Amino acid sequence: MAKIWTRQAVLRALDDAMIDDPTVILMGEDVAAAGGPFKVTEGLLAKHGPERVIDTPISEMAFMGAAVGAAVCGLKPVVEIMFIEFLGVALDQLTTQAATMRYLSRGKLTTPLVVRASAGAGQGFGCQHSQMLDHWVRGTPGLKLAVTSNARTTYGLLRSAIEDPDPVVVLEPRILYSEREDYEFDPSYRIPLGKAEIVRAGRDATLVTCGAMTRVATQAAAESSASLEVIDMLTLWPWDRETVLRSVERTGRLVTIEEATASAGWGADVVATVASEAFGKLKAPPHRITLPDAPVPYSGALEARYLPSAAYVAEQVAALISNNKAPAPWWRTAA
Amino acid sequence: MVEDRGMTLSNSNSPLARREALRNRRDQLQRMVEIRGVENRIQKLFAEGHVRGSTHLANGQEAVAVGVARSIDPDDIVTCTYRGHGHALALGVTAAGVIGEICGRSIGCAGGLGGSMHLVEPSVGLLPTAAIIGAGLPIACGAALAARARKNGRVAVSLFGDGSANIGAFHEALNFAAVAKLPVVFVCENNLYGEYTRIQLSTPIEDIAIRASSYNMPGVIVDGQDVDKVAEAMTEAVARARNGGGPSLLEMKTYRYSGHSRSDPATYRPAGELDAWLKRDPIHLFADRLIAEKALSPGGLEEIQAETDAAIEEVVAEVLASPPPDFGEIFAHVGGASPGGDQRWSFWT
Repeated sequence: MAKIWTRQAVLRALDDAMIDDPTVILMGEDVAAAGGPFKVTEGLLAKHGPERVIDTPISEMAFMGAAVGAAVCGLKPVVEIMFIEFLGVALDQLTTQAATMRYLSRGKLTTPLVVRASAGAGQGFGCQHSQMLDHWVRGTPGLKLAVTSNARTTYGLLRSAIEDPDPVVVLEPRILYSEREDYEFDPSYRIPLGKAEIVRAGRDATLVTCGAMTRVATQAAAESSASLEVIDMLTLWPWDRETVLRSVERTGRLVTIEEATASAGWGADVVATVASEAFGKLKAPPHRITLPDAPVPYSGALEARYLPSAAYVAEQVAALISNNKAPAPWWRTAA
Repeated sequence: MVEDRGMTLSNSNSPLARREALRNRRDQLQRMVEIRGVENRIQKLFAEGHVRGSTHLANGQEAVAVGVARSIDPDDIVTCTYRGHGHALALGVTAAGVIGEICGRSIGCAGGLGGSMHLVEPSVGLLPTAAIIGAGLPIACGAALAARARKNGRVAVSLFGDGSANIGAFHEALNFAAVAKLPVVFVCENNLYGEYTRIQLSTPIEDIAIRASSYNMPGVIVDGQDVDKVAEAMTEAVARARNGGGPSLLEMKTYRYSGHSRSDPATYRPAGELDAWLKRDPIHLFADRLIAEKALSPGGLEEIQAETDAAIEEVVAEVLASPPPDFGEIFAHVGGASPGGDQRWSFWT
């Protein structure tokens, strides 16, 4: 096993996909000549040529729309949105055009398009370059949404997304690009979209999470005296209800750990589903650990408080298990 | 040569066959008459309670629709706006496909899932028409990019109105197309009004075509009431795109006889403006030319109009007798199964 940087997993997934399928093209700002602002497309221009690795103007609406048109006409474009916030100026093309192409043509036209975007907080990029913004996409019929959590899931999800017949958004937590783990590349490895993974088995509570929060949850579980199950959602839309429901039926407790604001965070869907469908199995109220409803602060001290830490997760989960009551979030107890 | 092909209105004629029929000049005139007749009938169907939501008519703009359609191949790709009934008919969608869609029936070209603003027919290159201003221009860039990558010789055509020329997607798409030298033709139908607002109040220039100069591509002002002038300009721009010469911007000067949508009586128009445009009605201009060419007998237009109106009534009867879509259609086309994934897609099916 070699130590693999998450950024290498992005590069390898794109490269392997381009080798396997000549219709795969890459588009985005500085993805070609510069090798990508996060160096996840380095060397691909030289290897695959300028017809397939395309530098675009700083013009997200144009190249997102071009990706939609190219996808409908037989290519498989992989678009890089440098920071997920930049999707704002291209959103129509994704959520209104790409998402309805199959529907309006009754399946005659499909849009096999992948939008990759770096996302998330923790590195001092400030409030306009640090959000996840999954809720802009989640719940739009016609789109699929995955979130990577390490080198392995990055490779497996990206390969599946590129082979999917529909538009897929893949959020890559930026903070993980410079993380590494033992992983051996296998060009046939895929993580099917729509399936979650139990990354740690446990009996006392189910922690449901995704993205950069997966390692936070896993670390909290490792340090906890309770036996905690950790589920990495991997696909946020449509999400794997079966895996979550079966787990909560075993443990009797649900905690979501979300890099998402308390309001409109993805965990609200999970809690509502569990409350409706597994109510009788619950020993404690379902609980959500989220960000506060506030922009991402710049100051290192504030950003560290703003994001759930392993210690905070462990403390919240311990409180839930000991009292079978949901503890208040830090911003309410601190006030 | 006058050739009577019979009416080409019902679903028994494929969109492709209808498109091929446009080689004939009399059929071009007939198609313009059909577009006008269908638009007028749609307005009536609305009043009769058969149409939901809204509709956006383009009566007066028939020469642009037919002039564009006759100048491109059926496998060229077209993006278009919600003011697209005429374009859909010109490109080959059947009258039953258009009227059926607007009435929400399963025989509609989008199976009743789309409505007036979302007409589609992949067999003649028409992508779903978009209800968002400017949305089609970037998509046309991508269709052109794919055509070049796949070396299939296709061009992409994007049809939009003067209102689209002030939205970011217009500028981004023209810039991208020019930088990447894409085989795309941008066709602006300048009908002088963006929704309810006259162009002078929204746009600091009279001619949209001059914006082409910012993107280093040809910008051509075209008499949009003259189907032959439209076709001439289109043919040149399409050839340029197909031969690797890059994109063009064509501005069709035209006029919308109706208001923006069903609920707009267009009282904001200056007195006499509509009458002035009616004097250059595209159908009469073309009919007079065909008579002069001896391709149409005097009185031939009236014959075509009578035949077409009768055929449209048959289509309307067929549409109104046809069923709504099955409930299963709500779920059937939302998303495909992911390879290796959970095939149940419990949210969607």
